[in-house]
Amino acid sequence: MSNATETGAAAPPLLSLRNINMTFGGVRALKNVSFEVMPGEVHCLAGENGCGKSTLIKVITGVYKPAAGAEIAFDGETVPHMTPGIAQSLGIKVIWQDLALFPEMTVAENIAFQTLSGARPRFVSYPKIRRIAEEALARLGVKLDVDRPLKDFAIAQRQIVAIARALVGEARIVFMDEPTASLTQAETDHLLSIVHTLSASGVAVVFVSHRLAEVLEISSRLTVLRDGNLVGVYPVAGMTQSRVTELMTGRTFDQNVRARDVSKNPVVLSVKGLSRPGEFSDISFELRRGETLGVTGLLGSGRTELALTLFGMRQAASGTVTLEGVPAYFSSNREAIAAGIAYLSEDRLALGLNQPQSIADNLVQASLDSILSGGLISSEKKRSLVARWIADLGVKIGKQEDAICTLSGGNQQRVAIAKWLATNPKVLILDAPTVGVDVGARAGIFEIVARLAEAGLAIILISDEVPEVYFNADRVIHMEKGRIAGWHDPRSTTLKDMEAAVYA
Amino acid sequence: MRKLFLSHTTEYVLLIVIAVISIYLSFAADRFFTLGNAFDLLNISAVNIIFAVGLLVVLIAGGIDISFAVAASVVQYVAVLLLERIGGGGWISGLVVAAGIGVALGAVNAFLVHRFRIISIVATIATFNVYFGLLMFFTKGVSIYNLPDWLTTRVIVYEREMADGTWAEITLPVVVMMVCVLVTWLFITRTTTGRQLYAFGDNPEGARRFGINIGAMQFIAFGWLGLMAGIAGLMQAHYAQEVVPNALYGCELDVLAAVVLGGARLGGGKGSVFGCVLGVLLVSITQNGLNLMGVSPFAFKMIVGAIILVAITLSSARLGNLLPAFAKTAKTEGANR
Ligand SMILES: Nc1ncnc2c1ncn2[C@@H]1O[C@H](COP(=O)(O)OP(=O)(O)O)[C@@H](O)[C@H]1O
Ligand SMILES: [Mg+2]
Repeated sequence: MSNATETGAAAPPLLSLRNINMTFGGVRALKNVSFEVMPGEVHCLAGENGCGKSTLIKVITGVYKPAAGAEIAFDGETVPHMTPGIAQSLGIKVIWQDLALFPEMTVAENIAFQTLSGARPRFVSYPKIRRIAEEALARLGVKLDVDRPLKDFAIAQRQIVAIARALVGEARIVFMDEPTASLTQAETDHLLSIVHTLSASGVAVVFVSHRLAEVLEISSRLTVLRDGNLVGVYPVAGMTQSRVTELMTGRTFDQNVRARDVSKNPVVLSVKGLSRPGEFSDISFELRRGETLGVTGLLGSGRTELALTLFGMRQAASGTVTLEGVPAYFSSNREAIAAGIAYLSEDRLALGLNQPQSIADNLVQASLDSILSGGLISSEKKRSLVARWIADLGVKIGKQEDAICTLSGGNQQRVAIAKWLATNPKVLILDAPTVGVDVGARAGIFEIVARLAEAGLAIILISDEVPEVYFNADRVIHMEKGRIAGWHDPRSTTLKDMEAAVYA
Repeated sequence: MRKLFLSHTTEYVLLIVIAVISIYLSFAADRFFTLGNAFDLLNISAVNIIFAVGLLVVLIAGGIDISFAVAASVVQYVAVLLLERIGGGGWISGLVVAAGIGVALGAVNAFLVHRFRIISIVATIATFNVYFGLLMFFTKGVSIYNLPDWLTTRVIVYEREMADGTWAEITLPVVVMMVCVLVTWLFITRTTTGRQLYAFGDNPEGARRFGINIGAMQFIAFGWLGLMAGIAGLMQAHYAQEVVPNALYGCELDVLAAVVLGGARLGGGKGSVFGCVLGVLLVSITQNGLNLMGVSPFAFKMIVGAIILVAITLSSARLGNLLPAFAKTAKTEGANR
């Protein structure tokens, strides 16, 4: 942040782009965009999914050729025809959003790939490659077996490898395209401290992330893109998350506390002393008709485990659960669904929806019984059920038969919610319903949640983003290490106090 | 140890299969387990191994080539006719000319694949037909028997008289094969260009974003196979002491099967020279053994096909799953360290 003041108007930019236009078969991904990065600054590139951030990075590195008229200058010199090779030699490094690693090669070769690239043939020194890789990993505070092929590792570790690769060799500028997407908090912290170190040593960093808190914490300037257009360049000092959201979406979102008093409503779900060793213990609460109960807490605080237990996918060791006064012990989620409990999974991509299947098939998946006709699925009933929910939740689709993966994150999530509403639940558990959903579409999801609660549905809203539960829940439980660490009422506390309590 | 084993599963499986078959054959056929037969095996396999290490490079780079064997026949004809023009030539000029024509024919494939974005299997089936058609058209199917003297004189590099009075010999093609194997191994494991070929086959877009010259990769891969095909063609003419237009026709599929058997992946990024040599040897040993046992040659192909299936199934199944006990003890050992 100190760099923001040092790089005044006098300093020439390290990288400057003008008149960038990029078209993919009729789709204009970048329209007359300009972009500037100062030496040693941490610059954030913000915008909703599909606004052209990755495309801009690819234009800068010569992966894509922009339309005629584009000007790219690095270090004061224009580069008429940027190519990936030139970008390499200029010290432009990228952590690609899709990683672009080599799964069959070893971790060491992936990290030290720079020493293997270049047109001039040279002999390879494996001890040197191993040393380079281990040093880069050590900077990230990570230990990996560098001799194993990359394909043996999970996505989070591959992300680490991609980051380590960008730390090898002389860099002038490092682009990080959503580098924290699959990292833990500790790994993210490590990365952010490396960003500081890089910037302090004069290396510019361009950071792309969906997590606005992260972005505002580390960067000094912000370039916002919307729909391929440049919205503007802003100093980060004085920026708030809601202002950035506004710039990204072009809309304002009134962030009013939605909490209401529901203490007069009848109790729907009552949980007493629920425990599962190693996951959570002594959880007690009452959930009322029309109530939205927020549950927050850091990753690993036992939120999801509690939800899965209420949903019958795990069994509690002790404690009682009653649903509308009737003891509710489920030995499977099938029983839980039948009794009126619905659970929207936190992992929509892998568990919640079957990506290659059609929108209609996904939507009716949990309520097949209701569309049977003589023991067979009635396509008539299916079509009308799907049509009703699509209209009700305002899902934007082409045809019912389109694969669900053709929809945006926000629309997929609406289908996932519709899938559960079609089961006529009494209690709806929403686990991280905005993960992978654009900021603009998030508001729409919460509109739906508010409407459902108004109509009398009892909702448990789980989220690790404190503002989400603060603005959208009637009461908030804050969990820590498997226990209830505190209760909050958004009407009588501020967001700051609540965040302080949760992140303490 | 476990690491070494798991990272070279294919090679170990092949070694085991070869050992089992060899033990069986040494009981079934008296002559199998003799030095003379071992040398024969090498002499017979030399040409295919040279082809195989060339094809391996193309497979690693994510391509495939059907035309190389026919291209080798073209090399034989053109080289012999050309050398006659310049007064006969010798081993040095012969190798240079054969290698040069081979590289040029490989470059044609690379050009089609890179310039016109034709997928390599289609491009090389096309050149396969074009090369073979041209060859038959211009030669009218006539073989060449009067080759230059240097080419038909057997070069024995090592020989030894056996107890039964026969001679066990290692001939020139074996030495050339060994050099080709060694140089290819050095090239793909110890040079940056070789590693770039792996990276390119593994993730072409990833390689491109690193500034690796995609066109160069195609020309190097197909050029290397062309080089090997040229050398193999010359060695085959030397070994057979004649040039027959369709002598190599059909061997491309045998070599391809052997290379894939050796662990190379159709799709790129994977494969080793050692595995590739073992793949060719497994096929040769089986054929040789069946021959010695007096099995009808028509049954060869069937049995070889079956063995390829078994070996590929074994090596693609995770060996850890087949030998759970071994994998487990190795794992706890690793943990204790
Ligand atoms: N290779 C491509 N072919 C066609 N369309 C593309 C391609 N890459 C990106 N796009 C389109 O360009 C737009 C911007 O995409 P992208 O740069 O990936 O967005 P972001 O990184 O901001 O999420 C999107 O509409 C996307 O569909
Ligand atoms: Mg992107």
